[in-house]
Order: sequence, then C-alpha cells, then structure tokens
Amino acid sequence: MKQSLRTPIFLAALTLLQAVLIFVVPAKSTNVQGYVDGDFFHLPDLSVNVLVSGLIALFVMLIGLVVSVLAVVKQHRKTPRWVVLAFGVAFSLQILLYLYAGKTMTFTSLMQGSLALAVPLIFGSLAGVLSERVGIVNISIDSQLLIGAFASAFAASLSQNLFVGLVAALIAGALVSWVLAVFSIKYVVDQIIVGVVLNVLIVGLTNFLFSTLLGANTVLFNMPPRFEKLPIPGLAQIPVVGPVLFNQTLIVYLMYFAVAGVWFALFKTRWGLRVRAVGEYPKAADTVGIKVYRTRYISVIIGGAIAGLGGSFFTLGQVGAFGKEMTNGAGYIALAALIFGRWNPIYAAFAALLFGFAENLQYGLAIIGSSVPSEFLLMLPYVLTVVAVAGLVGKVTGPAAAGKPYIKS
Amino acid sequence: MKLELRGITKRFGSLVANDNVNLVAQPGQIHCLLGENGAGKSTLMNVLYGLYQPDGGEILLDDQVVKFAGPGDAMAAGIGMVHQHFMLIPVFTVAENVILGHEPTKLAGVLDLEAARAKVREVSDRFGFDIDPDAIVGELPVGVQQRVEIIKALIGDAKVLVFDEPTAVLTPQETDELMAIMKQLRDAGTAIVFITHKLREVREVADKITVIRLGKVVGEASPQSTANELASMMVGRAVDLDVEKAAPKLGSASFKISGLSAWDHQGTKVLDDVNLEIREGEILVIAGVQGNGQTELTEAIIGMHGKTAGSIELDGRELIGKSVKQVLDLGVGFVPEDRTEDGLVADFTIAENLMLDRSDRKPFAKGLNIQLETLRKFAEEKLKEFDIRAQGITSLARQLSGGNQQKVVLARELSRELRLLVASQPTRGLDVGSIEFVHEQIVATRDKGIPVLIVATELDEATQLGDRIAVMYRGKVVGVVPADTPRSVLGQMMAGISNPEVAA
Amino acid sequence: MSETKKLDGRKIVSEIFNAPWLLTVLAVVASFIFGGILIAASNANVQASAGYFFARPGDLLAAIWNAVSGGYEAMFRGAIWNYRADNLLSQIKPITETLAFATPITLAGLGLAVAFRSGLFNIGAKGQIIFGAMLAGWVGINVDLPFWIHFPVAVLAGVAGGALFGALVGFLKATTGANEVILTIMFNYVAELTLTYVLKTPILQAPGAVNPVSAAVRDTAKFPAFSDQIRVHTGFLLMLGCVVFVWWLLNRSTLGFQFRALGHNPSAAKTAGINIGLTYVLVMAVSGALSGIAGATQVLGTEKFLTTGVAASFGFDAITVALLGRNKPWSVLAAGVLFGALRAGAVTMQANQNVPIDIVLVVQSMIVLFIAAPPLVRAMFFLPKQKGVAA
Repeated sequence: MKQSLRTPIFLAALTLLQAVLIFVVPAKSTNVQGYVDGDFFHLPDLSVNVLVSGLIALFVMLIGLVVSVLAVVKQHRKTPRWVVLAFGVAFSLQILLYLYAGKTMTFTSLMQGSLALAVPLIFGSLAGVLSERVGIVNISIDSQLLIGAFASAFAASLSQNLFVGLVAALIAGALVSWVLAVFSIKYVVDQIIVGVVLNVLIVGLTNFLFSTLLGANTVLFNMPPRFEKLPIPGLAQIPVVGPVLFNQTLIVYLMYFAVAGVWFALFKTRWGLRVRAVGEYPKAADTVGIKVYRTRYISVIIGGAIAGLGGSFFTLGQVGAFGKEMTNGAGYIALAALIFGRWNPIYAAFAALLFGFAENLQYGLAIIGSSVPSEFLLMLPYVLTVVAVAGLVGKVTGPAAAGKPYIKS
Repeated sequence: MKLELRGITKRFGSLVANDNVNLVAQPGQIHCLLGENGAGKSTLMNVLYGLYQPDGGEILLDDQVVKFAGPGDAMAAGIGMVHQHFMLIPVFTVAENVILGHEPTKLAGVLDLEAARAKVREVSDRFGFDIDPDAIVGELPVGVQQRVEIIKALIGDAKVLVFDEPTAVLTPQETDELMAIMKQLRDAGTAIVFITHKLREVREVADKITVIRLGKVVGEASPQSTANELASMMVGRAVDLDVEKAAPKLGSASFKISGLSAWDHQGTKVLDDVNLEIREGEILVIAGVQGNGQTELTEAIIGMHGKTAGSIELDGRELIGKSVKQVLDLGVGFVPEDRTEDGLVADFTIAENLMLDRSDRKPFAKGLNIQLETLRKFAEEKLKEFDIRAQGITSLARQLSGGNQQKVVLARELSRELRLLVASQPTRGLDVGSIEFVHEQIVATRDKGIPVLIVATELDEATQLGDRIAVMYRGKVVGVVPADTPRSVLGQMMAGISNPEVAA
Repeated sequence: MSETKKLDGRKIVSEIFNAPWLLTVLAVVASFIFGGILIAASNANVQASAGYFFARPGDLLAAIWNAVSGGYEAMFRGAIWNYRADNLLSQIKPITETLAFATPITLAGLGLAVAFRSGLFNIGAKGQIIFGAMLAGWVGINVDLPFWIHFPVAVLAGVAGGALFGALVGFLKATTGANEVILTIMFNYVAELTLTYVLKTPILQAPGAVNPVSAAVRDTAKFPAFSDQIRVHTGFLLMLGCVVFVWWLLNRSTLGFQFRALGHNPSAAKTAGINIGLTYVLVMAVSGALSGIAGATQVLGTEKFLTTGVAASFGFDAITVALLGRNKPWSVLAAGVLFGALRAGAVTMQANQNVPIDIVLVVQSMIVLFIAAPPLVRAMFFLPKQKGVAA
C-alpha cells in the first residue's frame, strides 16, 4: 500500500463505520450535564438526539475525507493535520454520544476522572520525551513512576511532610533514570533491554520492600498525608472548565508547569536545541563542541525526576498509601502517549488525556449500566498507538538517533 | 594564523594510523594533503580538530603549543572544518545548524534565532551563497548543504579551514565553484588544508602538497607534478593509471532498457524515460554526479525499486516485475554501491557471505539443510582464486580490509553463470592495488562476452573503464558517448547540458 | 591457520578472565550477593542486632549469616533436592518443580532467541503465550475428540495462536515499517485484555462461574503426566524437542541462515534476493509459535484450565532467559532451568523463611543487567580490563 493513500483509506473506513452506525443505533437522545455546584452561572443541560448529531458528524467526516482524498490525489500532499484532527474529534464525540444514548452523561465528572488518570501519564510521557529527544529510548517510564510513588509515600510518611515526599519522589525517579543512563551510555547496553529490566527490577524491589518494610510497620512507613485540593479563586468557578482544571491538587498544577516548561526548554532554549541535536545526530553535535554524554545524562535524569514526581500523584495525590504495582502499567501507556504525541510534550499531554479519558469512560459507562465491555475501552491506547506507528494516519518517526549508542572513537 | 602539526602519532590498537606526521599550513596558502583511501588523512584531521587525542606529538598555532580536549576547543582556537560527511542535522533549519554549539541567546538561555538568521545572511552574502536561513537542511540539495557546512565553519571566524574530501558529492561545476571559494578564502588570508585523493583537484588549487602514505608523510610535491608522478608517490610504486584492455569483441545487444521511469516514495520521478543498450562483451559506464538516478537505475534492474514503468530486457526476458531472486536467477551479477551496507553481512564468515545469494539452493542446500562441506570447499577455492587475504574462510567479513571485502563480493557474484554484470562504484574507497584488481576482473568479465554496466562518479574511472559512457542527470540519460569524449564535454553533460555536437 | 599454543601463564590467566562463561558465573554470583543483602536487610533479627552493633558486633554477623544462609538453603531445598524429606519422591519433588517452571520459560525464551537472532526485538512473548494458551484452551475445553486427535490438535491450536499473533507483528513491520518493540509492547496489553474479556464471557468462562476462569481441559487434550504427584509433565519433553529444533533451525537450515542474514544486515539480505517482508513474517511466526507452545503446555499440562494469570511473568522471564543464554538454544535451556529453579526455590523460601517471592524478580533483573555490562562485572570483581581490540 502506498504510504500517501493510507490515510484516506483509513478515514474512508471510519466514515463507512459511522454511516452504518447511524442506521444501527436507535435515535435516542443523550443528555449532557455540565453544571457543578459553585459555578458562576448555571449551564443548562444539553439534550442531543444521536441521529441528528450522527448526521452532522457524518457530514463533517465526509468533508474531511474529500479534502484528504483531494490533497493526496490531486496535490500529492499529505492529508493536512487539521483535517485528521477535525475528523477524529467528530468521530469520537459521536461515538461518545452513542455510548450514552438515552442516558445522562455528567460531563464534568467524566473529565475530572479522565484528568486524574491522565496526570501520571502526562508526567511519564514528559520523561519519555526528554529521554528520547536526547537519543535514549525510555521503556522504563513505568519503573520511574513506581519508584516515585513508593519513595514519596515512604518519605512523606516518615517525615509527615508532603514536600519531603515530593523531593524524595524527584530523587528516586532521577536515580532510576540515572541507572538507565549509565547502562545505556557508559556500558552501551541495548536501551530497550535496560528499560524492560529496570521495570521488573523496580517492581521486584518495591514489592519486596512493601512486604518486608512497609508491611511490618504500616503506620510508620506507609501512612503519608495527602495533598488537599487547592481551588484557584476565580478560575475554579468557570463552568465545565473550572472544576476540571482549576480545582486540583498542587501536583496537578505542577503538571501544567511541567508540560509548558518542557516544551519551552526543548524548543525555545539553547539547552533544548542541543538536546535535540544530540538526539538526532550526536556526532554532528560532538563536532561543534557539545558534550554528548553529559547532555544525555542531564536530559534523561531530569526526565526521571519528572516521572518520579508523577509517581507521587498515585500516593500523595490520590490513594495516600503505597500499594504493590500500583502504577498498573501506566508507564507503558505514557510511552504510547509520547509516541502518539509525536515526541512533542504538548501533543503527548493531549494524547495522555485522551487515553485517560478512554480509561475513565469504563467507570462512567459502568454507572449507567452500558453493555460495552470495559476491556475494549482499555485497549484503546494500545490500539491507537499501533495505528500511529503503523502509519495509518501519517507517518510517526522519532528522533533519528534514539536507541543508538554514541561511541566516541 | 599558521598551523603546525609536529610529530603527530595516533594508534588504534595495533594499527598505527598516523606515524610521526609533520605538516605546516601557512596563512594565505592552500595546503593539500594527498593520500590514498585509508592513508590516515582523516585521522590526522580528527586529531587536529580535537575529535581524537594523539598518542604523541603536538599541535602549534602561531608557534604556540595548543591542546584540544574536544572540537569546541579547536573551534574556539579558530579552526574550522568542512566534513566529508556533513555534520548537519537534517531536521534543523540552516540557522539552527549554523549556530549549534555557540548559540546566541537572550535572557536565561533563550535562543535568539533572529541574531542567528542575521549571521547566516551576512556570511552567505559575503560569498554570494544565497541561502535561506529558515530552510530545512534535509530538504536542500547536496551542493547547498555543503555551503551550509562552509558557513558553519566560517561563522566562528576560522583562521584555519580544513576541507575533508569535499568534492566527492559535487558536480564538476560545483567543484569548480568550490575551488573558487577556496581561492577566495585563501586570498583573504585563511590557511586552508585541503584533503583529497583526487589528483586533478590538487594540481588545480594547491600551493603546497604533502603526500601521506600508510600513516606517514612520504614527502612534499610540487603542484606542477604530473598526475602519474603524484600517484606514484601516493601509492609508493610506479603506477599506470590507465586500465589495460583490448578492443571489445562485441556480440548482440542482449541487455536493453527502454522507456524506464521510476518514482520514489513521495511520488517524485527519479528515473525519467531511460533508454540504454549494452552489447555482449561491452562495458557501458553510467557517469554522473551521485544522486542523479544511478542508484535507482541499478535498483530497478535487480528488482529492488518499488514503482517502475517501462521495460528492462535481458536475453529477451523482461526483468521488470520480477523479484530480486528471480532477477539474480536469470544471471544478473550485482556489486552494490555500498558493500558494507548492501553487499556483505559483516558478522557472517567469508564462507557464509559467499553463499548469501544462493543459500537455499544447489549446491549449498539440500532440502532445508545447508551443505556445510560443499560450502567449505567452495569457499576455500574462492579464497585462493580471488586472493582474498584473510586468516581463513571462517574469518568474519568485518575483519577484512575494504579491498578484501570487495573481493568477497566479486567472488560471490562472478561465480554464478552470469548473463549481465551490474557494478555500482565498484572501486569506491579502495586502495590502488585493489582498484587494479577490481578493474581486471571487470574487464575479464567483459571479455567473456558478458554485457557489463558500471556506475562511476569519477570521470577518470568512467573514461578508462568504459567502452561507451552514458551520462545521467536528474534521472535522465543526457547522452551516450564514446569513451574518448573530452572531459569538458562530459562535465557539461553531467550538469545536464546535452551537447549538440555529441547528439549529432 | 593453526597456531601452536605456548604455555604462557599470563596468557592463560587473561584467557580465563576474558571467557564469557566466567562473566556469566560472576554476574549470577553478584546478583545472589545483592539478593543476600536484601534478605539480610529485611530480616528482623538482623535489624534488631544492628541496633546494638557496637556492643556485640558478632551478633549482627551471626544474624546476617543465619538470614542469608537460611534463605538460600530454603531455596536449594525448594529447587533441587529436599534432603530433609523422608521419601524419595518428596526429595526429588523440588527438581521436578524446577523443570515444571523451566518448561514454559525455556520455550518462550527459545522463541525470543529466534527473533533476536533475526534482528527482531520481540518482547511480546507474553501476548503470544496468551494467544497460544487461549486457542489451545478453547480446543482442549470445547472440542470432543479421542486423545490421539484431540491432544495434537489442541497443541497445534496453541502453536497457531502464538504464530498468528506473532506473525501479525511481522506483517505490520513488513508492510508499514512500524517498530516491533512498540508493537509487541502494545500487543501484550491487547492480548491480556482479550483474555480477560473471553474469560468473562461465555466464550471461555466456565458455566456458572463468577470469576474469570475457564472450565477444566478435557482429559483427552491433556499432556500425559509422568506421575500425578508432580507438576512437570510430558510438555517438558516437547520443550527439549524444541531446543533441538531451534538449534537445527538456526545453525543448519537454509531458513535459519536467511533469518540470521536478516538479523545482521537486512539491506544485504535484500540485495541477495531474500524476501525481507516474508522473512519478517516467518521469523515472528516461528517465534510466536514457540511462545504459543509455552502457553499450550501451561493450559494443557500444568494448570489444566485457563485463568487470566496463565502467562504469569513468563513473558519477562523469556526475555531474561534469551539474554542470559545469549540466544543460543542450549544455553537458553540452561538459563531456563536456572530461572525455573529460582522460581521454584523462591516458593519454599517464602514459606519457610518469610522472604518475599519478589526477590526472584530482583535477582533475575540484576543478572541480566550484569550480563549485559561485562565491564561493570569486571570492575566489581577487580578483574583486569579487557584489552581493546584494534579498530
């Protein structure tokens, strides 16, 4: 199959699916509720007939399909990204409305839950971005999240101080990524092997310590305080957006800064230019006097610290106590998010949000008693990532030197 | 600024790449460093540029001893380098590439791209380069990329500029332009070190020539020396640069390409209506600057190119639409352009490499089983026949020198029943001894009455080896001319100008 | 060229220091030492006697010795030979446990070795085991046939499940150029979720069950047992057969030659007329098939019914086994038995000495890290650095 034709074919398949769904799904109405107590004004519920919205979605998708086909066939260009985006939004929204057909969708709580699930994913994907942009493949995001969760619970419990917990998470995450860096850079071990092994090593280590140390004295070692919600006055009262984004814990606000900060650092500063240069063509960076190894160490370790911070969200931001394997593979979804987000911190954050949403949808649907098996919703991040790397919607390629050790002669 | 290298020695394990090398480059002078592939020129320059640390000797700038811990130090000291393989990041813009390593910044390390653009424009204007600072480097033609590389070297106010084999990727015209730029820089007082193995270029621009062989300086030569004199010095024995071959005994035109076009992944036409004919017992050389469709042409012949149209006929059989395996089975021998990449499996033994294209058939396979004994005998035989210098047939290909690797490839390809030989830059990167061997084998193949197609990027090789020359430019055959066509005409053809005199 | 070997003392010493087996042994030793530190540190007696270390340092050393030796002694009894048992069967039961664990680990490890040798970083053993187990389980549970047909068909269904799921990765890589590492990671999760789904729906859930478990495999589809008192079964023999097969495939067959050519240099393989795309698919099919057999031995032999935990940690174990065995079939077998012993021993260690079973993961991971970084092991044991080979 020719690369350029893949996208139109994929879009056509989805359009066809949508056309079929219009006939299959009964034309009920979905009630969308967006009001939460305390908002500035009362946003009325929105009632949408799925047949009407389905036709609108189909219309938008058809236009997108036509534009895509024209771009590829007539102009020999790739399908413009905004077309794919608009197409995707129309399709996903409509699917969402179908899922809730005849029921009420409490939009705000759905989004709150999604964000909560997405926070560690976003931190994790930032760690991946920083690592892979500098040329070190980071399969071990999960271990960095897990160690961050463990260290923050442990330290915060001992000290009964949340900020000690956060610092411990930063350090622990940085340590694990330092191991990744040492083995990848100094010992030139295959980066994927190191990553896979680190994930298991940290699972083993935290499980072991959980059973021996934390289990022996839970009160002392595993009863940290938790971050309280900090509504931002003014912003938190904006309908829909406010309760979701601005009535959160400190860690979530740190996440906003981290996303913006990593993006700015990578694309607007001297340091970022050098990081990207090292990740694309380390030899070229070396020939202009950039210290390749040092740049790699620093970027990977900063990434690990950020992931560690993300891990603290599991404990200090949510559950409180540490539990065995509590990341539950979040690091792998973060990896998926960063690939789906094309190694860009902002896109990756949105991809993580999307994945968080998919994961959260199962709870929302369970409440209304929907019959969609949760397994298929949970599969979404993985399937979307396969779609992305298989180039069905545009080709995704990472930094050229990622995974390749640089050996100075 | 005067540059002096004094007694530089550099070892890699047991290999001495530079042995007590002395060299002085004066400001306002073009100093050529001439030597064969593998003589140690690039190693020396990497030592100078701080990429390698010397095991002995010192570097002096204006008679002061300097030490470079890395390229950053060398750059800061005023040494610029135009690398053989461009040190440019394809996904970055010109401006980003040029400033990398010494970026102008605003507050708190924030990039000042406006200042970067201004710098690029300034240098670009000084040399009349006309380069857009916001262009993505990977999308620029090779010649322009080299100019970016030059701007990059100049931006730090380099007083000593090293050009490492800069002409390999250029058209004769671009080469001339580069020579002019080098002269312009020299006249402005820059000390220039020009590394090359191309005698013609040396004789054109050099003010001073130092010849290096097997890591040692073997002497200086005058720019007025003849090509044969320089070559003898470079190789260390009398060299006759001409290829010995008798007049061809031509048979029928058993290999025909007609109306061949091909497209790349983006849908760009990379071969445009190519028509060629080779007769039995004839060598046709495809000349042209690298990247004008030669690679695609050879790929199309052996069935590796994706989208093609037209016809390629061998002995009356159509090759288009056949798989690589089927094409090889029809008797096509193929020596790829990049032997380490496409010709050999570096981690396989010589024996395994010798059966690479026949591993699943007679005589090497019986059913699904490999016939190890047959393979061993075959490999022993070929080792002798092709004078492959190795410990034995179980030596790994990666342990061999470039010349011996190419012999393995030739041994494999020539031991099948051939009806056509296609060889792409078969002597690239080889020492003179191996070049002679490869040329002999190719001529011998021709004399067996087999049509031979050679891709050559160097005109000397094209005119000496070929019976006829086809010049390619931007995927088209500009013309097919006799081998004794003057260089100037060939050079013009390589730039896309089809000569009316020739066409007539 | 033959070279007469002189009895040069220094040369012999340096040869020993540079021998890969020595590094392997040292890596294993180092990892066990690290595991010992963890055991000691988590031991209550050690912690107590550390409190008065300066008063009676001997107590601490004794406590450490007791904790570590007790732990590893229990591991030995659980994995190899239980000399405290009173009858022969109980005495040799540990080694049979080891072999029971070694069977799926080695099979999946062989699968990965085939892929690694062919340049494909297949880390999807888990998913391939699951699909193998799912298909084998479905045939074993739902089909009614006599043993001589049912058993082979059920095993072949396992082979097919693993092979198809693997081949899908190969196909996607061949047609779209997608990275197999990412694909296999994602497919592992897809497989896990699919398994959960089929075990929660009538497709495979046992009638009337609340939990996600299948009904029992029919007797006609089970691997014949050696004895009903030990868990290792004839699947072990099938595994040995697979070791021989993979050895033949990689070292003696034309197909294996093409696999390896692809692994070392895909462009050269392509230029030599090897069909790269087809070979990717074949490699992944063979690789997946071996993991599929691992799944089949679990569901048709060891477990006898299907649960969501059928793949256990075998996916990761397979990676470590392939790496430790340097992708050579016989070494993979040895590594598989070693890690099988670790698993079996850890069960006893947990029961007798209160050492959490997770210590296995730690030791296993450390072994792989050390194996992969010889200079680190050299530094740890103060061995001379390996001389650089000429560039």
